[in-house]
Amino acid sequence: MESQDHIDNTLNHLFRQESGKMVAVLIKIFGTENIAIAEDVVQDALVSALETWKFRGMPDNPKAWLYRAAKNKAIDIIRRKKHSKTIDFSDPERKLLTSEYTLTSTMDSFWKEQHIQDDFLAMMYACCHPDISSENQITFILKSLCGFSTKEVAKSFLTSEDTISKRLYRTKEYFRKHKIRPRIPFLEEIETKTEVVLSTIYLMFNEGYNSTHDDQLIRKDLISQALWLCKSLLDSKRTRLPQVYALMSLMCFHTARIESRTTKDGNLILLSDQDRKIWDIELIKLGSKYLNQAAFGDTLTTYHVEAAIAYQHCTASSYETTNWKEILKYYDLLLNINYDPIVFLNRCLVILELKGPSEALDVIEKINDHKVMNRYYLYHAIMGKIYERLIQPNVAVEYYQQALKLTQSKIEKHFLKQKIARILN
Amino acid sequence: MKQFMFLFKGGDEVWDAKTPEEQNAHMEKWMEWIGQISEQEKYMGGERLYPAVNTVHPGGTKVTDRSLVEAKELVGGYIIVLAETMEEATGMAKGCPGLQWESSVEVREVWPEDV
Repeated sequence: MESQDHIDNTLNHLFRQESGKMVAVLIKIFGTENIAIAEDVVQDALVSALETWKFRGMPDNPKAWLYRAAKNKAIDIIRRKKHSKTIDFSDPERKLLTSEYTLTSTMDSFWKEQHIQDDFLAMMYACCHPDISSENQITFILKSLCGFSTKEVAKSFLTSEDTISKRLYRTKEYFRKHKIRPRIPFLEEIETKTEVVLSTIYLMFNEGYNSTHDDQLIRKDLISQALWLCKSLLDSKRTRLPQVYALMSLMCFHTARIESRTTKDGNLILLSDQDRKIWDIELIKLGSKYLNQAAFGDTLTTYHVEAAIAYQHCTASSYETTNWKEILKYYDLLLNINYDPIVFLNRCLVILELKGPSEALDVIEKINDHKVMNRYYLYHAIMGKIYERLIQPNVAVEYYQQALKLTQSKIEKHFLKQKIARILN
Repeated sequence: MKQFMFLFKGGDEVWDAKTPEEQNAHMEKWMEWIGQISEQEKYMGGERLYPAVNTVHPGGTKVTDRSLVEAKELVGGYIIVLAETMEEATGMAKGCPGLQWESSVEVREVWPEDV
């Protein structure tokens, strides 16, 4: 008999990896109006795996075992529900499931390797429907496609399990009411649809990368799931677009630096003070590889430019030798693609490094809409920094204190408090 | 379009003599055959039947638990398809994989037609 821990670990890993794929296949079999059935089947398969393996030991191919268990349970359900109205058997793809002459072989063809990956991607596109709010999208993806428990999703969002259950319910209702049929988008719409999927993946990534909570485990989970989802888009010819490579590259660069961003006690370390020796060289190499691969076709997205900026930071040997000139060009490019106050503010930081505080102040004072800027934590933090460099500590402190009021993040609050204390001493 | 029922008869001994792998491979062929009919939107549904038989005889009192018909007459299942004519339906029936395993197919038009 194998040790329980070993089985638990393998199962956890396997579950995260495979449950989303199994759910996607089962949703195709039962229809999006029956997502709950699909999830129950996966859950059942998992429970029986745990029980069987406990006594008989781990099978040679746990993944195949799990898939077979899910498949057999699906066959049972089809047989049981053949004459109920739960499953829409009038659908041509499901018609052959109704007769014993064709049930098993049809079921087998649903579980063919090449279909599984397509179903998974199709489900990802279905989740990222513009009518579903982005937090509901991420909630659903984490729960159904990434194998998170409701509790884990609740932890990721710093909210209650109850809220998460409500969000899941709403998304499932949406699928049911609109009779959504998951599919990989056709060529002419793949770009626009992929854009939504990418922004959802990036949001999930940022939830892990910039999140306000200090549960390291959950944050790492979110990051690795975002990377995994993006990678699965790259694994399929149809969804392997330049912008997907660009986002993958960007996330690799960010992830490479993750260990250097905070102290052991979770305090923020600025880029200028980060220990570049602990940046993950393998991830930086991988990011560069993806960035090269992103450079085909004539698509230039914000992900491309952001990745190019991150590349500059990752490959500079020190903060002082950073190629600010090149980075400034990229920021101009970014603002050209899409005006975004946060990008504008970050560009001011580049000017501060490249040309000094007075120039930076000039640029920032040219903003027409100070009312909007006033609401941004970053605006006040940057103003504080500029005035610090102009050696006007009192003004700087005022801005930092304003920034303090505007951030919810414990880490950032602590960081600002330290700054203020340092100036006042 | 008219509805036709294909009644599959006999062949049980051949089926029973095969290995599970051979049986699975054989069922793949059934799926291909019915799948093709389904793709033309001419497949209505069908079922397999277990070989156990209870026959209630005329009058309704006498019941025998074994078919008095010969094994090759035993109905093993049916499917219902759509076709314009008896000839077209018969042509479709000729593709049935069971024919290779000593089954026969009886083609019958459903009465009344109701599509």
